[in-house]
Amino acid sequence: MTTTNLPEVTPWWKKRKNAEAMAAFVFLLPSLIGFSVFYVWPAINGVRISLTDWNMLKDPTYVGFENYVKLWGDRDFWNALKVTAWYVIYNIPIQTGLALVIAILMDRFTRSSLVRGILLLPWLMPNVIVALLWLFMLDKNLGIVNVGMEAVGLDGLAWLGGGSTAWNAWLISFLEMFTENPKAWLGPDLAIFSIAQINTWRHVGYTALLIFAGLQNIPEQLYEAAKIDGASEAQTFWRVTIPLLRPVIAFVLVTSIIGSFQIYDTVAITTQGGPVNFTEVINVLIFEQAFERFNMGYATAISVVLFLMLVIVSLAQMYLLRADEADV
Amino acid sequence: MQSSNDVTKAPREPWTVFRVLGWITLIIIILITLFPFWWVLRTALTDAQSVFANPWSLMPVEPTLFNFQRVLGLVDSDVAVSAGGSGQSLNFMLFLRNSIIFATLVTVGQVFFSACAAYAFARLEFPGRNFLFTLYVAALMVPGIVTLIPNFLLMRDLGWIDTFRGMIAPYFLMTPFAVFFLRQFFLGINPEIENAARIDGANPFRIFWSIILPITRPTLLTLAIITFIQSWNEYLWPLIVGKGETVRVLTVALGIFRQQTPQGAPDWAGLMAGTFMGIVPLLILYLIVGRRVLNSIQFTGFK
Repeated sequence: MTTTNLPEVTPWWKKRKNAEAMAAFVFLLPSLIGFSVFYVWPAINGVRISLTDWNMLKDPTYVGFENYVKLWGDRDFWNALKVTAWYVIYNIPIQTGLALVIAILMDRFTRSSLVRGILLLPWLMPNVIVALLWLFMLDKNLGIVNVGMEAVGLDGLAWLGGGSTAWNAWLISFLEMFTENPKAWLGPDLAIFSIAQINTWRHVGYTALLIFAGLQNIPEQLYEAAKIDGASEAQTFWRVTIPLLRPVIAFVLVTSIIGSFQIYDTVAITTQGGPVNFTEVINVLIFEQAFERFNMGYATAISVVLFLMLVIVSLAQMYLLRADEADV
Repeated sequence: MQSSNDVTKAPREPWTVFRVLGWITLIIIILITLFPFWWVLRTALTDAQSVFANPWSLMPVEPTLFNFQRVLGLVDSDVAVSAGGSGQSLNFMLFLRNSIIFATLVTVGQVFFSACAAYAFARLEFPGRNFLFTLYVAALMVPGIVTLIPNFLLMRDLGWIDTFRGMIAPYFLMTPFAVFFLRQFFLGINPEIENAARIDGANPFRIFWSIILPITRPTLLTLAIITFIQSWNEYLWPLIVGKGETVRVLTVALGIFRQQTPQGAPDWAGLMAGTFMGIVPLLILYLIVGRRVLNSIQFTGFK
């Protein structure tokens, strides 16, 4: 063993790089403070609090995994999971599918920035405002949606209210196609469907613009090549457009599913989790536990579980969609 | 990010059935997008009683500005109640001011400090760079609700509840997204320009201040606009830390205003007048910077 062949190593603090590292530290300092105080520390602290019985009245005591055990048997928690899952199911496929259609139509027929500007408008509005305007439009008695439906001879629906029997009957007949016992799977009513569609209205234009941008990046030559090879319109769409669009669609799906698991504002403004607990999504449950009942330990435990679920969901999606590569 | 010129024109096509159907679909979608905005304005301008009497009219019924006046608290509350309102008013100017303060401070701090950090990650050598950057990126995954409660408790311990300090603090020094986004962008800048300055003896601070910031101004501006709109739209955090009237922002104020309307027969005309006033500032901003926002989505939504 000899060390003679090794290159000379100067310790980093003796290099001229030292000055650069110092400068980097100065550049990074504000963000490092922000990062440690408002991201790292709260994340660690959140896990710590979730292991206590803290309710803001008395000092917290360490209770181990008691909150998590309690969660497992908590009907409200399972209800919140079910409601959130239904929300995602009602929101994502309709929103993404519609956005894809809009993007293709725009790519094909109009690329005017006025049209794009209009489609983006709802996304720029706060959830609170979007929720308020739909709250009125979906009102059972005075909302224009029901007024319009009644004008053409349909029965109005209690869009954001409970016990819409017509809707539940429809849903049961739909679920019967997949399961023997549809009632066990029965979604939590029309209200969560309406809330999902309110958010579809807000996000569909934005999503369409993302997909449209992806369409613009597909080289024109590929379409020409397909044409020369005699591919039909449909073949070109399925064999050229969709595979090349896959990274964009994967990106859109990952971000919008993660976002939709965290829905809060729209529910808080329209139904506040009601009627009963039909629209009590996870974040509404967390808010209620933390800021109305002051069960800080329990509330943070739910948020940690939500976080773990989102990690699993996004890893699964990345794997399934192989987000970073296009099929070519 | 590139200029809008990169959107090429759609090919000219003859009017086939396919094209007609496509346009009809697009027009329906545009109408569904725009109609609710008109409906808010139409209802806000409608006399409060006529909202009930005439829910289908496409135009305002007995047009009046009275709803705006009573929501703004310009008429006595008993007059407002007799007009079908809750008597609650919206201290609109104060809440508007608060929203402007909140969104502006968040934007300025976040964009500047994130740009500093992004520059260090993109251009400077220092030990632990990749590790630290990986940590920042990992934080992109953490949902807001996880840090929400601990951050609220921190603000409470600091006595920063109901202060702008408390509302702004978590967003002021960085967000993982802003750092990530700007680093990607800085990496794409040709390093030759900086190298020339470096040879001339400029230090990193000078390079950052006199070269990087000026040449990236359009991108920084775009990021600033997006950050501004998102902060403006924020609801949950300002609700928890800034419910007090003196710092209450518009979104929180509208949420509270909604809760105060009577459950049985909501004061729709008043509610829509408040909603419309919440829309106007954003519409004005969008008219001014719309193209920039559009282009940013065109080219920075991913990658």
